[in-house]
Amino acid sequence: MQSLWTLLNDPNMQWIFISCTLLGLSSGIIGCFSYLRKQSLMGDTLAHAALPGICIAFMLTGTKSLLIFLIGAAIAGVIATFGIGFVTRHSRIKHDAAMGIVLSGFFGLGIVLLTVIQHGSYGNQAGLDKFLFGQAAAMIGSDVLTMSIVSVLLIAVCFLLFKQFKLISFDPGFARGIGYPVAFLEQLLMLLMVVSVVVGIQAVGVVLVAALLITPAVSARYWTHRLGAMVILSGLFGAISGAAGTLISSTAANLPTGPLTVLAATALFFLSILFGPQKGLLAKQFIRLRVKRKLEQSQIRGNVKARVAAAETEKGAAL
Amino acid sequence: MEQKQRVEAKAPLTIQGLSAAYQKKPVLRNVSFSVQEGELVGVIGPNGAGKSTMMKAALGLIPRLSGEVLVYGKPYKQQRKLVGYVPQRESVDWDFPTNALDVVTMGRYGHLGWFGRPGAKERAIAMESLAKVGMADFATRQISQLSGGQQQRVFLARALAQDASLYFMDEPFAGVDAATEKAIITLLQELKRQGKTVIVVHHDLATVQEYFDSVLLLNVELQAYGPTDEVFTQELLQQTYGGRLAFLDRSRNHSDIFATKG
Ligand SMILES: Nc1ncnc2c1ncn2[C@@H]1O[C@H](COP(=O)(O)OP(=O)(O)O)[C@@H](O)[C@H]1O
Ligand SMILES: [Mg+2]
Repeated sequence: MQSLWTLLNDPNMQWIFISCTLLGLSSGIIGCFSYLRKQSLMGDTLAHAALPGICIAFMLTGTKSLLIFLIGAAIAGVIATFGIGFVTRHSRIKHDAAMGIVLSGFFGLGIVLLTVIQHGSYGNQAGLDKFLFGQAAAMIGSDVLTMSIVSVLLIAVCFLLFKQFKLISFDPGFARGIGYPVAFLEQLLMLLMVVSVVVGIQAVGVVLVAALLITPAVSARYWTHRLGAMVILSGLFGAISGAAGTLISSTAANLPTGPLTVLAATALFFLSILFGPQKGLLAKQFIRLRVKRKLEQSQIRGNVKARVAAAETEKGAAL
Repeated sequence: MEQKQRVEAKAPLTIQGLSAAYQKKPVLRNVSFSVQEGELVGVIGPNGAGKSTMMKAALGLIPRLSGEVLVYGKPYKQQRKLVGYVPQRESVDWDFPTNALDVVTMGRYGHLGWFGRPGAKERAIAMESLAKVGMADFATRQISQLSGGQQQRVFLARALAQDASLYFMDEPFAGVDAATEKAIITLLQELKRQGKTVIVVHHDLATVQEYFDSVLLLNVELQAYGPTDEVFTQELLQQTYGGRLAFLDRSRNHSDIFATKG
């Protein structure tokens, strides 16, 4: 408890804490749209594809700047997307299998490059290995700032284009019919996904960063039937997960942030699947029980009525 | 000739040489026709004839190989606000987190501008549209908890909210209950009274003569197009369906269906 207090009083740590919360918030929001467009796994593919992009960007420039990594990861993400499209178009392989192939291929390459970097003569390579599972506490000031600004920008775009994103998620055909540039909007959503994955990599790591896109959105769906509420809730779950992961990993020294963040998100998921009022298991049981009781009561009432009626006809017949 | 072109320029919909393909083989070939204002047009043809494809290609939802689509004499792109579209119900995931009113409000998005948000006015229009299809009581119902017929009516209400002049409807009668069928046909009549034009993909041959002013027979190519009593004939149907018309055997028992054409 004492250490938590000192941590929160450390301005450096405060910034890291805020930026990770913002990251969780923006990922949760964007994740809603990719979940509803049935593209959750795409986030995972993009995250794994980012690793070789980041490694190559580092090898070419020799600097560890988030902005350069972002460019490298984005290029890798685009290539991966095209790769998936190419595989599905020119073979009988389905989309999910194609994603699996591309994801593992890129990740394998990334690990090889990472090893090369660590055994090579690259100067300040320390910390690149942190990219696998993330270490929020190791982030430097400029990275923290970039991450915060980018997260806020992502949230702003989702807020401004909420109507468009909602419509292309529900009915892209109708959206095209009323003149929305659907292809552009879809690419934009994909770009937002890449960006949120890449800025999150340092804090949460490539292996698990996609969970921030998937788990909060799925959890939020259990609590509401309205998209607006779902997006806010998902953002909130993401923010809580990011905050919890950062805090715990910073206090219990050396635990990587990514797994802790994901564990927090998963805990929220279990709470949702149990207690969520819309599709939660307990809610379902409760409703079933209530309906059953109502049915039984009406049956009893029906029986009584029938018996009274029968008695009356008997009486009538006797008269 | 000039006279004719001027008349056609005013037609709600003129399609010239429309072809479309998903892969190499065209599934819609060189279709041309022109629809009169205030008509209910039934599009009839066997499964896979390209009826949905024709609508999607006309609306620019899928790229077309060739052809021109004019709405009230101008290219479709300039006239989007005049056109409403009711897609096949199965084209969306009804488990989406939203309610009936919200879906109908989407019909106003085209009028809202890029950053505008739907407000009280849009909701009022949406509510009115829902009432017109008899769904006012279901406004706040989550859409997955509606029956198939009710979902269909929500889609129709969304098209009404678009306040268009020309409507495309893809199988609105497919798999709906009797109440919905009645609600839809009442609505079609109402639209017609307002001078609007509606093009409907239809699969139930038994009701064609009752519902539509004109009929378009399609099987990859346009087979016939014109007033219902001229086009909805045994020979033309036989030609369109290529002998796969089980309906014709049954029609002997309902011989009145073809009584108009001996
Ligand atoms: N998305 C698609 N990709 C490839 N082929 C398609 C697609 N949609 C339809 N088709 C094919 O195009 C043809 C026409 O389909 P469609 O327009 O849906 O027919 P209809 O609506 O008349 O039943 C069919 O042979 C169908 O298999
Ligand atoms: Mg169809």
